[in-house]
Amino acid sequence: MSASSKGEKIAGLKVTPDKFLPHRYAGASGDFNPIHIDNDFAKMVGLPSTILHGLYVMGLVAKAAAQEAGGDPRALKRLSVQFRGMSFPEQEIEVTGEVIEADGTDVTFDLIAAQGENLVIRNATADVSYG
Amino acid sequence: MALKTDAVGKSWPPYEYEVGREKIREYAQVIGIDNPVHFDAAAAKDAGYRGIVAPPMFVVVYAAGSMGPVLFDPDVEMNFAAMVHGGQEFEWGEPVISGDLITTTVTCKDIFPKDGKGFYVFETESVNQNGDLVCKATWTNIVRGIEE
Repeated sequence: MSASSKGEKIAGLKVTPDKFLPHRYAGASGDFNPIHIDNDFAKMVGLPSTILHGLYVMGLVAKAAAQEAGGDPRALKRLSVQFRGMSFPEQEIEVTGEVIEADGTDVTFDLIAAQGENLVIRNATADVSYG
Repeated sequence: MALKTDAVGKSWPPYEYEVGREKIREYAQVIGIDNPVHFDAAAAKDAGYRGIVAPPMFVVVYAAGSMGPVLFDPDVEMNFAAMVHGGQEFEWGEPVISGDLITTTVTCKDIFPKDGKGFYVFETESVNQNGDLVCKATWTNIVRGIEE
């Protein structure tokens, strides 16, 4: 049963991207920025290690929102996010959210993607339509 | 370095991308989406699509290429070394189907300073071969260390 009244939590998702996920995401998306795939380069520019692509994490937020609405790709109408923190391979990402507006089959979620205490994406809002 | 705002209002030549089913599969797999409408033409048709359909966030594949020339445009003159992706918004229209030819146009909506940072706001509009809007997006990049 999908969350459809104000304040109700969505099922969300948890995933731990493996060490080479950023390489596969780079190939899929075409974004080969070395901060995502070259550990030495990432350290040279002051990062602790390679970081995940922000749009990959947004992809997980989109997946969680669409999944809640039944999984059909047409269900997701709009998604906006603010990127707030860096995220890292080999650490669990959790996407959580709740309903902030509901008008019949048109529902808006507020979502967060976090790695432990580290908020990677916050203030994400997704408009979905329950078909 | 003072913030250069010459590019505000500028548009760039359209960027074309032809959607292939294996790119859809590759994207869906990396995100971990297992809905067969992204892999199997029969399942997609049963669900009412013309063919294998892309996940909504596949927009990063067909539209992101349009941003390349923009970021290197001397009118924009963005300092990449200090750039982070600040925010992103997508609003979807018609679904994107394998074989579609997607044309994306970028416009610079705003460049403004705030708290010692430069905010660069670009908008993209992507349409399919029938002229239907498939996605409208707002991309916000933030560059640290500018003079106000």
